[in-house]
Amino acid sequence: MAENTGIRITDLRKQYGSGESVVEALKGVDLQVVPGEVVGLIGPSGSGKSTLLKCLGAVIEPTSGQMALRSELIYDGSWLVSDLRALRRDKIGFVFQAPYLIPFLDVIDNIALVPMLAGVSNTESRNRAMELLEALDVGHRAKAFPSQLSGGEQQRVSIARALVNRPPVVLADEPTAPLDSERALSVIRMLNQMAVQYQAAVIVVTHDEKIIPTFKRIYRIRDGRTVEEAGEGRLC
Amino acid sequence: MINLAWRDIRHAWSKFLFTGAGLGLLIGATMTMAGVYRGMVDDAKVLLDNSGSDLWVVQQGTLGPYAEPSSLYDDTWRSIRTVPGVERAANATYLTMQVRKGNADVRAMVVGTSTVSYGDPGQPGYLVAGRQITRGHYEAVADMATRFSLGDSIQIRRKQYTVVGLTRRMVSSSGDPMVFIPLKDAQEAQFLKDNDAILQQRRRTALNPAFNPPGQPKLLDAVISSQSTNPYVNAVLVQLKPGQNHGKVADEIKRWKHLQVYTRAEMEQILIGKLIATSARQIGMFMVILMVVSAAIVAFIIYTLTMGKIREIAVLKLIGTRNKTIVAMILQQALGLGLIGFIAGKLVATLWAPIFPKYVLLEPGDALRGLLAVIVICSLSSVIAIRAALKVDPAEAIGG
Repeated sequence: MAENTGIRITDLRKQYGSGESVVEALKGVDLQVVPGEVVGLIGPSGSGKSTLLKCLGAVIEPTSGQMALRSELIYDGSWLVSDLRALRRDKIGFVFQAPYLIPFLDVIDNIALVPMLAGVSNTESRNRAMELLEALDVGHRAKAFPSQLSGGEQQRVSIARALVNRPPVVLADEPTAPLDSERALSVIRMLNQMAVQYQAAVIVVTHDEKIIPTFKRIYRIRDGRTVEEAGEGRLC
Repeated sequence: MINLAWRDIRHAWSKFLFTGAGLGLLIGATMTMAGVYRGMVDDAKVLLDNSGSDLWVVQQGTLGPYAEPSSLYDDTWRSIRTVPGVERAANATYLTMQVRKGNADVRAMVVGTSTVSYGDPGQPGYLVAGRQITRGHYEAVADMATRFSLGDSIQIRRKQYTVVGLTRRMVSSSGDPMVFIPLKDAQEAQFLKDNDAILQQRRRTALNPAFNPPGQPKLLDAVISSQSTNPYVNAVLVQLKPGQNHGKVADEIKRWKHLQVYTRAEMEQILIGKLIATSARQIGMFMVILMVVSAAIVAFIIYTLTMGKIREIAVLKLIGTRNKTIVAMILQQALGLGLIGFIAGKLVATLWAPIFPKYVLLEPGDALRGLLAVIVICSLSSVIAIRAALKVDPAEAIGG
């Protein structure tokens, strides 16, 4: 794996339980997202979307398969990285269905906290955070608390938090679910823009029919297996 | 690095402040209980200090005069005065009773004190108003806690006394203010019977053939006369000459006079180790209960606050926050709450201590120990919340 592949998953499997009660949630998933690309991961409830997201996010351990980030193999039957916490902090950005911002930190510190946890100085962390906030057009709300923001603004702050450490991969779990069409499309537009700007591979898990046509590539997951499809790529 | 605990407290300051203030009332009650105990010990020491004595001579085999009844002949002091090393010796009586002023009465320790010469042991050491007792009868010096004023007429048993002096911090070991009266009056007050009782006693004596044998009419008069006087005191208070070995002089008096003698250290041990020991244990138990209740409240509050942040903790873990940062956040919040509680507690204890009827002594050392106890209690109380936070799975932040 010499080339920069963003994220590549090969034959990833995940079983829950053991013996006769074993449940195979992922039955050999293959997936690749290149830097600057945003792909959709869609599928019905119980298809294994959340399990795949948790495996990609290094939150649960797969049973077998391979995972590589920026050409570096991080999982090959077992984790090859000793500090998964640091892996999540430095290499993976998360955007959730609800923004889940820390309510007692103002907007800029919600974002700056992530690089600070990685040992970046307070000033540098806040500079990076401010730069992202400006890019996402919420710079003027830097000193506001999450409760003072609208749903769309909160989600933009959440995107900024996911990108602040320049991770090679961003996992977005239903990021547009609570938003209306206009705001949902705005969020996807921003994710595309940021993916290009920060060369991040972005995987968007969604049920949202409004945004599915915006993806150029879609992975459809059913019964623990993924099927790659070409998307419409209609992002106005 | 951002201090998450401080930011949370600052963001929800009113919640922390009011919760801390509530906790502070409990801590204030605990500190006051400690103050009540310290006050009792201090009262005991003040009682000994104010007597102006180096030795207490009491009835053999008793712990008198404060812890047990003691009775000595009132001329004992003369022979004690002759023991080498003794500077002064004076009789004293102690009787806790209700002292009346008009229709109201005050519980007080009535002290019968020598009025032979100024400075005798047992006299009030200093006055804040008026003068010492100069007459042999019907004058009194009262502690200010009795709320008597100069010139007040007070009633002890059937006799009226005029308050001629006021003193301060003269209290019994149980905190009752003292009223000093001349020794003779005090002896009479201790044993004075009412008229009916005197008549009854005289009738019974007259009917007893041993006291009223035929042909000896003067014997009955002599017996009745002896019954109507009280030649006893409770203790002889002894001041020693400078440089004397207290134990040696005490042994001398014990050996030659067949009396019980206590040094200052022994008397302190009796008062603190025996007289107020049960009260001290009672207060100690109450303090333990209050501390357990405080710990339970802190634990409950911190646990509730932490459970309210489960999703945020999951997100923090997911974005790479170390466990020690999360532990520090919860611990610091618990300590912050404890600190607010301690400050509020110290404040209310200081404010309400003077209102208590008995002396409440809030010592800086106790406050420091209280602060350490708060730190330990808050640290231990946060353990449950910390365990719950550490169990939070970062996967909880991801839906599904």
